[in-house]
Amino acid sequence: MEKTNEKRAQGVLKRISGPVVTAVGLDAHMYDVVKVGNEELMGEVIKIQGENIIIQVYEDTAGIRPGEPVGNTGLSLAVELGPGLLTSIYDGIQRPLEVLVDKMGNFIERGVSAPGLSHEKKWEFVPTVKKGDEVKAGDVIGTVQETNIVHKIMVPPRSKGGKVKEISGGSFTVDETVCVLEDGTEIVMLQRWPVRVPRPVKEKLNPDIPLITGQRILDGLFPIAKGGTAAIPGPFGSGKTVTQQQLAKWSDAEIVVYIGCGERGNEMTEVLTEFPELEDPKTGKPLMERTVLIANTSNMPVAAREASVYTGITIAEYFRDMGYDVSLMADSTSRWAEAMREISSRLEEMPGEEGYPAYLAARLSEFYERAGRVVSLNGEGGSVSVIGAVSPPGGDFSEPVTQNTLRIVKVFWALDAKLSQRRHFPAINWLNSYSLYLDALNEWYDKEVSPEWNPLRAWAMGVLQKEAELQEIVQLVGSDALPDEEQVTIEVARMIREIFLQQNAYDAVDTFCPMSKQYDMMKAIKRYADLARTAQAGGATPQQVIGVKSKNELPQIKFIRDYEPELEKIMKDMEAEFDALRTV
Amino acid sequence: MKEYRTVAQIAGPLVFVEKTEPVGYSELVNIVTADGTVKRGQVLDTSDEIVVVQVFETTAGIGRDSGIRFTGETIKMPVGKDMLGRILSGGGKPIDGGPEIVPEKRLEITGAAINPYARSSPEDFIQTGISTIDGTNTLVRGQKLPIFSASGLPHNDVALQIARQAKVPGSTEEFAVVFAAMGITREEANQFMADFEKTGALERSVVFLNLADDPAVERTITPRLALTTAEYLAFDLGYHVLVILTDMTNYCEALRQIGAAREEVPGRRGYPGYMYTDLASIYERAGIIKGVKGSVTQIPILTMPGDDITHPIPDLTGYITEGQIVVNRDLHRKGIYPPINVLPSLSRLMNLGIGEGHTREDHKKVSDQLYAAYAEGNDLRGLVAIVGKDALSERDRMFLEFADLFEDRFVRQGLYEDRSIEETLDLGWELLATLPEEQLVRIDRELIQKYHPKYRKKAQG
Repeated sequence: MEKTNEKRAQGVLKRISGPVVTAVGLDAHMYDVVKVGNEELMGEVIKIQGENIIIQVYEDTAGIRPGEPVGNTGLSLAVELGPGLLTSIYDGIQRPLEVLVDKMGNFIERGVSAPGLSHEKKWEFVPTVKKGDEVKAGDVIGTVQETNIVHKIMVPPRSKGGKVKEISGGSFTVDETVCVLEDGTEIVMLQRWPVRVPRPVKEKLNPDIPLITGQRILDGLFPIAKGGTAAIPGPFGSGKTVTQQQLAKWSDAEIVVYIGCGERGNEMTEVLTEFPELEDPKTGKPLMERTVLIANTSNMPVAAREASVYTGITIAEYFRDMGYDVSLMADSTSRWAEAMREISSRLEEMPGEEGYPAYLAARLSEFYERAGRVVSLNGEGGSVSVIGAVSPPGGDFSEPVTQNTLRIVKVFWALDAKLSQRRHFPAINWLNSYSLYLDALNEWYDKEVSPEWNPLRAWAMGVLQKEAELQEIVQLVGSDALPDEEQVTIEVARMIREIFLQQNAYDAVDTFCPMSKQYDMMKAIKRYADLARTAQAGGATPQQVIGVKSKNELPQIKFIRDYEPELEKIMKDMEAEFDALRTV
Repeated sequence: MKEYRTVAQIAGPLVFVEKTEPVGYSELVNIVTADGTVKRGQVLDTSDEIVVVQVFETTAGIGRDSGIRFTGETIKMPVGKDMLGRILSGGGKPIDGGPEIVPEKRLEITGAAINPYARSSPEDFIQTGISTIDGTNTLVRGQKLPIFSASGLPHNDVALQIARQAKVPGSTEEFAVVFAAMGITREEANQFMADFEKTGALERSVVFLNLADDPAVERTITPRLALTTAEYLAFDLGYHVLVILTDMTNYCEALRQIGAAREEVPGRRGYPGYMYTDLASIYERAGIIKGVKGSVTQIPILTMPGDDITHPIPDLTGYITEGQIVVNRDLHRKGIYPPINVLPSLSRLMNLGIGEGHTREDHKKVSDQLYAAYAEGNDLRGLVAIVGKDALSERDRMFLEFADLFEDRFVRQGLYEDRSIEETLDLGWELLATLPEEQLVRIDRELIQKYHPKYRKKAQG
């Protein structure tokens, strides 16, 4: 701080135009955090033009006048990392919304600052190293039982490290020294990290384990790997948010960071009310205990919306460094891009495509590149998987945000308004979607599910593809004109769609479908297809084959938790029905 | 208050003023013309050298000789309990010949965002008596559910029917209507007023009228005045407020007009790049707050230019609101009222307000099944046009007939027909019963056995 005193740390406002203001008489660096006006609104330097320092302000600027003071903190926009993050709900610049309610009531007023973590609360610190141990940057020196999750306290990434001189267990706030190194460095549980800088890692690895989500179309057909990136583009009403929430609820990550970026307030409330009541299928503990929420709704300041995705991913990286698998959902990256566009246009920058700034592609790729499976500085393996929703205007995937996103991400879940209109949920189009992780994950499926799974998936995709071709013919000549065999293909495809792909997020059982059940369901459909073909070879008509009654019971399997006996019974009945066809 | 006579430039609704003392961003400005008329405006951009003022009324009469007074405060709305029953202009002045509003409070019209943490999850089912809304696109308290319509369609009738019939079954709490008209014709306004008067709704309504011949720029503040009033009624006085905003398309046109006058870089189709954020600052002002009695429910109405749902206005709206009710020209041509096409319609908060304890346990699944069956039947219509009915399989024929039946029985209802949710759901079952039972794959067997007319008759008989 002394250093900045020699410089001019205080300037005055010259111009105010919405969330963008200009100050003069101030020395500043790019991305320095500044306090704007008499009310000390938080802002960030985004452009320097000779004497003019251009600042984006994270709060409403109504009433601010030229001539009011601007103070430079000399620090970059940073988040506080340490015990207390889990179960929190923040705005885009990590102000805890719960604390804001206490400080300023039910509406978000301005000029109130609140630290990201509680600096009063004491946490029980248990050392994992002892006096004399050598520690380096990133090493775990102790743990705190934060929720059911163990929060690992690490040496800050930029520390030189050294021999431990003093360390002891006990009750500490995040600011109290828990460990002293021989060179006198004091380590506290709190770390501050600038949000726009990725946290360092030792090595990035290639992802080869799927992030299991319990959603059949995702796990079964288009899986994302732990540490992978995925995009969910779709027009409004096609189920982006429900899909994102399903992933936040059921994906087998250990930590979930959910960013509501420029979205609806009531939806965030839904997450807030629902998550504490839902149980993690793995641990049986409330889902909220592993979750950090960031809610910068559409009517909250646009600059804070721009910052929210960085705040979120920095928190995700911090947990990754402890060795956890983290999944991050950003809903919606289009709103983030629009925030960039809005700020850019206030800066009167030369616009790129559709008014978005020319650096849109660079910002998107920088963000997605912060995902990955890594070896962290302390040698632990962790991952950040990033799943970004995209809201293309008019559902048109050729727009800049969708296109620039698709150039980076490896998994594409294309939401389709036509499917959602007929209540086919999740409304993910099976023909347009893809996953580039399939090859990398094959081995895992062979080992963990069944060696039959990969061929089974290939078969299902084949049937669906065939159906699409046949549908074109049906559109022209009607289904009766198809050859017998193909009429059955259409029926099998319908079963794959209605039984396997459709999944009811609101049904207590169907909302999460374990991989073993997915396998059993697909196997049952394949068995029907095989029996049907044999029967047809033996002279049965398509009507007879399609008329097999027992297959109509298959959809019920979805809603039964201990489904095996029922499934067994259905399959037995099915074999019997086909046997009967043969004898006739 | 200091008056400046330093107008440098006037362009469209914008006045550029030079050599002022520091002026606050968003500040309210009074402009005195030569003949003494006072016009109101707002600061859009402020710096040492020049201040840009957006005038809410016509700039006719403003010249370089006009006096500019900066009031030193942002625009505030005087609110009070006696606003109920009053008719105000789009700028908030009484136009019903009654006295000025006695202000109990003066509130910022921009309205701060509700802290998401302070929100309470909307879950009170509002029965509108319209099957296509209650049954398949349920409205809940605190929701913002727009009507997407187009010119020449009866969206006003639908909005009025909702305002007339909306109730929370089993609740007797006080409710109020805030109605904001932006750029609609006198005739349309009269239709609303006549209906409000006839049903006695006017007594518990506050009406803001910016008609087609009122200044376009004024439209940009009308919804904010209306919502400030609604929030006051809801969160200070404990009313359940239904806000009807019509027509949001005119509002967006006004935004575009100002953007063009400021020579901003335009976004899609010439609308400003910040239109999403701007619309969000209106639509997001709906909801329920924990521990506070009232609620704000919004039904904005917009007309889709060229019936195009991908046009920026409906598109951005759909991304902010919690669903949409789509009024459809084909159904209207077929003579079906209300011509609500359920396929592109959606209520995102539906699942919070239906099911056991809200409506009925079978609601969700009946609705899904109706949707799926209607969508399938509707698709087949295209096919029939090419290959004829005879080429269809028996299964397809049943779905085709279902689609017709659905439109004729479920969608169609009278302007004054108020169906209870039980009637709506039972009607749904009656229609589903025309399909073979094994085609009802969306519904689990238990519910089928409980509600399917076939089993119900048996149980009763």
